[in-house]
Order: sequence, then C-alpha cells, then structure tokens
Amino acid sequence: MNKQLTFIAAGAALLAAGCTTMPSPQELDQQAQNIIKASFRDQGIAKVDRLNQDLGQRACSSETPPGEAVAKEIEAASLATIKWPADGQYLGDWREGEKLAQNGRGMTWTDASPANNGGNCYNCHQISKAEISYGTIGPSLYQYGKLRGVTNPGDPSSAAIVQYTWGKLWNSKAYAACSNMPRFGHAGLLKEQQLRDIMALLLDPKSPVNQ
Amino acid sequence: MKPSMQALAVCVTALAAASPSLAQQTKSAADGIAEYRAMLADGNPAELFEAKGEELWQKKRGPKNASLQACDLGRGPGVVKGAFVELPRYFADTQRVQDLESRLLTCMETVQGFNAAEIANTPFGKGEQTNMEALVAWISAESRGMKMNLPQSHVKEKTLYEVGKRAFFFRGGPYDFSCASCHGEEGKRIRMQDLPNLTKNPGNGVGFAAWPAYRVSSGELWGMQRRLNDCYRQQRFPYPGYASDVTIALGVYMGVNARGAESIAPSLKR
Repeated sequence: MNKQLTFIAAGAALLAAGCTTMPSPQELDQQAQNIIKASFRDQGIAKVDRLNQDLGQRACSSETPPGEAVAKEIEAASLATIKWPADGQYLGDWREGEKLAQNGRGMTWTDASPANNGGNCYNCHQISKAEISYGTIGPSLYQYGKLRGVTNPGDPSSAAIVQYTWGKLWNSKAYAACSNMPRFGHAGLLKEQQLRDIMALLLDPKSPVNQ
Repeated sequence: MKPSMQALAVCVTALAAASPSLAQQTKSAADGIAEYRAMLADGNPAELFEAKGEELWQKKRGPKNASLQACDLGRGPGVVKGAFVELPRYFADTQRVQDLESRLLTCMETVQGFNAAEIANTPFGKGEQTNMEALVAWISAESRGMKMNLPQSHVKEKTLYEVGKRAFFFRGGPYDFSCASCHGEEGKRIRMQDLPNLTKNPGNGVGFAAWPAYRVSSGELWGMQRRLNDCYRQQRFPYPGYASDVTIALGVYMGVNARGAESIAPSLKR
C-alpha cells in the first residue's frame, strides 16, 4: 500500500469513528440558530416570534458580555424608548404596588391573556421586611427610598432618583445593557398606573419598604 | 470573660430572643424540604413509577408485540445498568445524539411498532407519556449512585455541547430571559427556591444529576423533557417540541458540565 492510500484509509477510519473536524464558531452559531428555530412551536399566547431577538437580546446571549461600544449603543437606544408619565405623576398607591410585587404571573403559554401580568418583583428582590420569601437574582430593595434620602418624592431634590427608578422599571437596559430585569414598560408588561403603584412601594415614605 | 465579650454575649442572646420567629421561618424553606426528603427517604413515591417502569421494559407491547429488552440505550441491546449516566450520547443507527426519552421513542417505534411522533405529541401525563414517565424512572434508578459520564468523543456530541451552550445563553421572549438568567451564577434563588449553577458541575445529586424526579407539589414523575418544558414555560418562551434538538443539546451541555456528579435520580422535589 503506498503512502497516499494509507493516508486515505486512515482518514476514512477517522471519519467512521466520528472524528471529523468540528464546525467553526460561526458555523456553530448558525447551527444553534437553526436548531432553536426548528425546535419551538406556538402555544397559547406564546408564539414563535418570541425567538426573534432585538439588538440587546442578541448581544447579551453569550458568556461574554458585549464590548463597551455595543453596550453604550444598547443603553442609549433603550433610554430613548422610555415614556415618562405625561402628567408628571410618578407615584401611585403602594398597597397596589405590593400586590403587584407579590404576583409572579404573566406571559407564559398557560396564561390566558397577555394583559394580566404581575410585577414578579419578589421572585428576584427583597423588598418589604415582612416578606421573607424573596429571590436574590436582583439586589435588595428594602428601604429603597429611605436609603436614598427620599423624604418627599415630589421635592426637586428627589427628582433624579424618582426619574431613574421610573426609567429602570420602564426599560432596565437603559442603565445596564445586559440587565437581567425585564423591561416592564417597554415590553408592555405593566400599564402606566401599575408602574406608578410599584414606584410608590419603593419610594413613598409611608410604604412599609421605607420603615 | 472580658467586659466586651460579656456585652457581646448579652447582645447575641438578646438578638436571638428577639427574633425567634424569623429564625424559625428562615429555617422552614430549604431545610424543611430537606427534612421532608429525609422523612420520605425510605418511601420516595418514585419507587411506584420505578416498579411500573421495570414491568413495562419486560412486557411485550405495541403492534409488534415485543418487549423493550432488544432496545439499545448505548451499552448494547437490553443493557440498562449504567446507561442513564452516559446519556445523551451519539447513536450510530439513528445518526443522532439522543437523550433517554428520544432514545426510548426510537425503540418504541422500531422494536415495538408504536408511532414515535404520536407519542411525542401526546401531552405530559396522558396515554403513552405516562408509560414514558415510568420507564425513565426505572432506567435512571438502575444508575443510581453512579457518576455522570457523558461521552464527548463523537463530533456530533461535541457539536451539540456547543449548540447547547449557545441555547443556554440565548435570550429572548417578553421577559428577556435565558436559561442563564436563573442558572448562570452561584447561590441565587427565586423566592425561596435555590437555583443550581448549571454552567459547571453543581455537585452530587444537584441539577442535571437530580432528574427524573417525583414532584411532591404535583404528585407527578417528571423526566428531563418535562423539566425543560416547564423551564421554557417560565422563561416565557414558545413551546419546545418533545425530544426536539434544542432540548437534547441542552441535555448534552448540562450533562457534560455535570460529569463526575453522582446521580440520585429519580429524586424527590418540592
């Protein structure tokens, strides 16, 4: 057997053993996209168009976060989406806010309507001291307003933190491109009044959160 | 005792006395589940599913009236012991990487003559899917105490690991969640539920090495397919097909990461 034939035979043996070369990272990206697209189907309100990623979702879909330029681009684009309350009224009723914070429902294929969502807040955050069943994916929000010196949310000295909090709830990616937090305003998960109620839970000096 | 130490001791005692309910409540979540598991250690209801699964494996069923004893789970026809901790793996006859459930679908079709697509489309907890639950309970139990040892020698196994990793970090849906949103870091919780970090080996009997499992809250036996299905539901994603490639790729990613972890399946879950 000449050298070339030996080489071919060895190659065929490798092929049979499955030792062919790995696809390139780009080919793997494409394969993953194809497999994801082919593996899901519509169910109830959860349609396959939920797999269509926007810029931020795509850029934040790997172990390594995007570079600074892309992160800044996502944050600027997200900031521009924030809809500020037209009447300048930022705070609602903290009691309603607490109910929303407790409610972890919404947007799954077993939910009948996409218009009846909870805030899911306690899933990831400590908020009031009384609720000990809280998650730790997000930071503690206990005494959120008090720790930031908010004694009168309507006072101009509180304007910066009040507006930041509204913006964070509306589109969390405005302040951290790959934030784990859903975009409650931007994605249409909560209505404006519901956001006001959650704002009150966090910032109203009378809220149990700030005691 | 020095005065400062004395003062500290008094403080600690006072603190403990002041918050007995908090201490009790904090204990009650994770510890309570552990206590409950210990209580049921000699009587995990999964045993009932295991017994049914063993019977189903030996029973002649389907249009071809054949038992699954001719089924090759990766270690040769009829060999069950040790098969579970090496799945998902590549199978030459189907030229696919398959997890336990997709491999059983293949065997039920080729050996017994069932329609695999029909079984895959059957809702969880109904019809042949209830037999599937029993089979995965018994087959996983036959590898109880063994270490996860998924092969990565075939190029398709390595490829699916990479695809699974990409699927794990894929963010989408109305909440922007990926698997990594909940399972990408150490020591995180949703409410009181501890979340294993599945990007690495989370330890013996944790994460991938704990499923299939009997779920106390629903009284059901869940295989990995159902576990992943409910993860995707809570991730607010659309519906993953039963034994679809994305679920198998995720199985390879999590299973290879868990190599060396002891399998306790079928375990007991809240």
